[in-house]
Amino acid sequence: MKIAVTAQGPTLESDVDPRFGRTQCFIVIDTDKGTHRVVDNAQNLQAAQGAGIQAAQTMVDQSVEAVLTGNCGPKAFKVLGAARIAVHVGVKGTVAEAVAEFTAGSLPTAAAPNVEGHWS
Amino acid sequence: MNLTIASGKGGTGKTTVAVNLAVAATREGRRVQLLDCDVEEPNCHLFLEPETERRRDALVPVPEVEEAACNGCGECAAICRYNALAVVGSSVMVFPELCHGCAGCWLVCPEQAITRGERSIGDLVEADVAGLRLAYGRLNVGEALVPPLIAQVSALRGDADLTIVDAPPGTSCSAIAALSGSDYVVLVTEPTPFGLNDLVLAADVVRQLELPCGVVINRAGAGDDRVHDWCRREGLEILLEIPDDRRVAEAYARGDLVLDAVPGAADLYRDLMRTLMARAVEGAA
Repeated sequence: MKIAVTAQGPTLESDVDPRFGRTQCFIVIDTDKGTHRVVDNAQNLQAAQGAGIQAAQTMVDQSVEAVLTGNCGPKAFKVLGAARIAVHVGVKGTVAEAVAEFTAGSLPTAAAPNVEGHWS
Repeated sequence: MNLTIASGKGGTGKTTVAVNLAVAATREGRRVQLLDCDVEEPNCHLFLEPETERRRDALVPVPEVEEAACNGCGECAAICRYNALAVVGSSVMVFPELCHGCAGCWLVCPEQAITRGERSIGDLVEADVAGLRLAYGRLNVGEALVPPLIAQVSALRGDADLTIVDAPPGTSCSAIAALSGSDYVVLVTEPTPFGLNDLVLAADVVRQLELPCGVVINRAGAGDDRVHDWCRREGLEILLEIPDDRRVAEAYARGDLVLDAVPGAADLYRDLMRTLMARAVEGAA
């Protein structure tokens, strides 16, 4: 299974980034193979608007099945939902800890965005 | 003459100056048009109380996607600088409130699955009141596309001796949109440290736009002399000083014209209009 974690740095020891759209980067993990790679998010960090939508687009393009992050707003949630990507919010600690919690099945799936949009 | 009433700071009296100047000029027999471009909070009409208004939707372009024709190639989302589109499978998700109507997506779509649609971002209102032509924009709450609506209000400019634009406060895109097309800018300020700080910023914008401008000091006597000193040093003309007078605030609070409510005000505004007309003649020469 392919999952993505928003991360403040490029390693499994980096902290989970609480922001989804404006995360420093994504770490995409293949939980079956135990491999991971870093997906850049620099363009969305610079975006004047719609960072969440485009970060969600990145997730769609990466074909992940679940996203682990701190907060997810309504627009990003809508795009992720359309792609049937499970969203897990309120995730803290390091990327490795988040993945361990996820594989242990102790991270509930978010049924709704947990923060307001920043735009409207 | 196209006149814009602007200010860095909000609440200095732009609308009061714009409305009273417009009425003073109308009463002198000039054909006057007043454009309220403060579309996030238009309020000139509150003082003029038009009996009938002509309203229509202010429309902006937005993509319309024909799902059946879309193959999910993603070129529309890739070209969108405003992140208003996302492509999931072979379906395009549009976030209209982020769209700036640049047309990129429907021009780039290889399947012609996207066409130019329209959506309303607010109202355009026109009214004739007491010989004065009033037009204003009213942006829908939660909407962020201020400059396009200002441009639409500005486009209602017609044949007039004097067109007065009431600009939004500040020095951002919206204020600059309201300044475009003006021959002369009146910067309204108050003699306080805040008034001076924002006047300096606004005057810098007006200077960069290469527009002639002068200053109206409202509530003169309420603060200190720093605005006066700064204008003198910068060579900015002080066009008018409106004395700090409780009766002005009372008239404003009632929605009355200061012209009618405060003795001497009619003379002040008539003098201001004449000064401005003289500057227009000098500018054209």
